[in-house]
Amino acid sequence: MNEQAESSTRGWPLWEVFVRSRRGLSHQHVGSLHAPDAAMALRNARDVYTRRGEGVSIWVVPSSAIVANSPDEKDPFFDPALDKVYRHPTFYDVPEGAKHL
Amino acid sequence: MYGNYDTATAGGPKAVPDEAGQHFDQLIAADQRIEPRDWMPEAYRKTLIRQIAQHAHSEIIGMQPEGNWISRAPSLRRKAILIAKVQDEAGHGLYLYSAAETLGVDRDELVDLLLAGRQKYSSIFNYPTLNWADVGAIGWLVDGAAIMNQVPLCRCSYGPYARAMVRICKEESFHQRQGFEILYTLSHGTPAQKEMAQDAVNRYWWPSLMMFGPPDDASSHSAESIAWGIKRFSNDELRQRFVDMTVPQAEVLGLTPPDDDLRWNDDRGHYDFGPIDWDEFARVIRGDGPCNAERMRRRRQAHEDGAWVREAARAYADKHAPREYTGARAS
Repeated sequence: MNEQAESSTRGWPLWEVFVRSRRGLSHQHVGSLHAPDAAMALRNARDVYTRRGEGVSIWVVPSSAIVANSPDEKDPFFDPALDKVYRHPTFYDVPEGAKHL
Repeated sequence: MYGNYDTATAGGPKAVPDEAGQHFDQLIAADQRIEPRDWMPEAYRKTLIRQIAQHAHSEIIGMQPEGNWISRAPSLRRKAILIAKVQDEAGHGLYLYSAAETLGVDRDELVDLLLAGRQKYSSIFNYPTLNWADVGAIGWLVDGAAIMNQVPLCRCSYGPYARAMVRICKEESFHQRQGFEILYTLSHGTPAQKEMAQDAVNRYWWPSLMMFGPPDDASSHSAESIAWGIKRFSNDELRQRFVDMTVPQAEVLGLTPPDDDLRWNDDRGHYDFGPIDWDEFARVIRGDGPCNAERMRRRRQAHEDGAWVREAARAYADKHAPREYTGARAS
């Protein structure tokens, strides 16, 4: 657990909530909430984030279980992707007359 | 380590304040969003925590004036609607506490500050709901003013706050319409019902105009908040828009805002309106409004009354801890 989670000893742990809004779509992060356990987190998530039928499926994940890359979004972590323009179809010249490419 | 702000790591382990500050300025200038783990000026973070917390507290305290009428709603239909609305206010409070927590504060801390009277909530909720029509006036005027304030916040520079506001704004429009419908029904009912609706508008009109905050020349935080993209329009601009939107609606209702100076100004293309009693505003903020003490007493009592539930839930969770994560696998 990180410092923030430990500092809320009086309170309940923090959970991140992911909702699948309808079949065919993936779950999307919608926010967080506090709950004492997974079952309560699911029920609270239903009441807080799907009062108008916004979801057909909910995931709750303890916030402390989420691992993230370095906070700096300009981090070298993403560098390898930046200089490989040949990964994009627009990199290639398509001769006149070539179809379905 | 997860996605919330942390003073120790914000902007990355190698963040140099000057460089990080430049990056922050560039993001703001490009109208990009600031996300929780970005480096941000301490004053930006403090301003957001204060504003989001005050907003969250307003949603929570805001349940009281309307909750007051749930047991006395005039029909089952009205009662079901009012329960749904009050539940929404609780939900809005939770979205906002969740957004505030991404800035590295704990919800418990914010609740403590509210209960200790060290953080504020919107002073509109210090006015009483004396009759059923007040529930209509709150929906139409108070939620209407809130929407006017909140729609620009959907583009606020801080991502989690903006996203919470998108959800809230979608839900607020139901609130405003149900209030309008209550007043419309009353104003087209018996003379006594119409009088009740007019009385509610008389009492809620001016406090609703005060919801936009002090006039621009007396608003201390405005310039900075606008520069940071937290605020998009000034208090007076939003107040004028609200009046321009609301006066024609009052005509449809057949009700009259209590302002003799209210008239269309062709030159300005806006409605002129009379002076606002800023002394009253200051008095209510200071704590001398009609219901300040009652609202705080009720909130503290509810918090204390709920303590055993929170403790029991925690004890149950601790007892069953090994089973905690063994539910259905995500699929």
